[in-house]
Amino acid sequence: MLTKRIIPCLDIKDGRTVKGTNFLELRDAGDPVELAMRYCEEGADELVFLDITATTEKRKTLAAMVREIATHINIPFTVGGGINTVEDVRVLLDNGADKISVNTSAVKRPELINELAMQFGSQCVVVAIDAKLINNTWMVVTHGGRTPTLLKALDWAREAAARGAGEILLTSMENDGTKNGFALGITKTISEAVAIPVIASGGAGTMEHFSDVFKKANADAALAASIFHFREIPVQELKRYLQERQIPVRL
Amino acid sequence: MKTVIIKYNAGNIQSVLVALERIGVQAVVTDDPEEILAAEKVIFPGVGEASTAMQYLKERELDKLIVSLKQPVLGICLGMQLLCAYSEENDTPCLGVFEEVPVRKFRNEKKAFKVPQTGWNSIQQLKGPLFSQVKENEYCYFVHSYYAILNAFTTGTTEYIHPYSSALQRNNFYGVQFHPEKSAKAGEQILKNFLTL
Repeated sequence: MLTKRIIPCLDIKDGRTVKGTNFLELRDAGDPVELAMRYCEEGADELVFLDITATTEKRKTLAAMVREIATHINIPFTVGGGINTVEDVRVLLDNGADKISVNTSAVKRPELINELAMQFGSQCVVVAIDAKLINNTWMVVTHGGRTPTLLKALDWAREAAARGAGEILLTSMENDGTKNGFALGITKTISEAVAIPVIASGGAGTMEHFSDVFKKANADAALAASIFHFREIPVQELKRYLQERQIPVRL
Repeated sequence: MKTVIIKYNAGNIQSVLVALERIGVQAVVTDDPEEILAAEKVIFPGVGEASTAMQYLKERELDKLIVSLKQPVLGICLGMQLLCAYSEENDTPCLGVFEEVPVRKFRNEKKAFKVPQTGWNSIQQLKGPLFSQVKENEYCYFVHSYYAILNAFTTGTTEYIHPYSSALQRNNFYGVQFHPEKSAKAGEQILKNFLTL
């Protein structure tokens, strides 16, 4: 049976793992390669690396880090942050990334999704959507949550899927960093509206939150950062908890 | 001992190359017929679309070369599907090593399943040397919208919507639908098994 995936996310800044609340107040969580290897050992199903300062810093550093990660881990990993062109993606894939994620750049120029799917295949194109509740509607926000857009999250998810995205990584900016649970409503709405997998992100604080997002919101995968980095919830223990609740996981 | 990865226009070969490096094997990526013929082991990877991949192989006459190989050949994902007889993906005649085996599209009529299948699923009814020291129901990483039906060459099965072939073997030709290069320790064992055939 296909299992639900648990995905630790590593936000990278200056080659270190960091994590903040609502994208602010960053705190250091260690060397990304070491952390990635620890997650592999603990049974994580995939990893996501987001270079949160990639737009302003040199990309060469990122490519070298991706290469280092690829030589040390044996599960799929996604790299995102500051990807604007087919060439940006080629560099990351050539260095061993399995998938890439695009966010702001795809909102600005949706054809980028088509170009990437055509060039590299949908399986490696993850479209990350940051959503915020504005006047009771889940809207897309960009630039790490700083910039509002006129796009509804649901419409954008449908469009991304139609343009060839292989997966949607949905982050609720309302929930991110709060540890109050995932945004179940919008996750369920989008998961049921598109035929591609949806990775829920933002708000995980307890093991029950994961159980809820799989059972109540039909997410295909769940992503979290700080609770894994600081071992508040060990990956292995979380998966056992889910298995006891009849949620299929890889153990 | 030389391991060759067939270079063609289908997706991300780099992951396979790096996975082999992790288990200490330096492979060569090439579409040069002589190099492929001289290799001890041939890996035929691929993610992508069947008809464009077949066209690329035909233009370089790699289609005839691949079916004539006598050394162990491992088709991965699309590589395995191309070793079958036919794919529903753009109505494409394939290489036909796995004779008469069609590759069909997952039909998700009740919308209860996502297509492509993406993630870790278990492999069962494992047979043959590729699965030496791999336990029944081990999890592997899959990403695919098309599948090979159960048939006489099936050496491993997986269930998604219904059971299908997640591994095939005919003589020196092996195929796996999942990505051993991304399937943690089980995947590494399968790659090691292939390299020591």
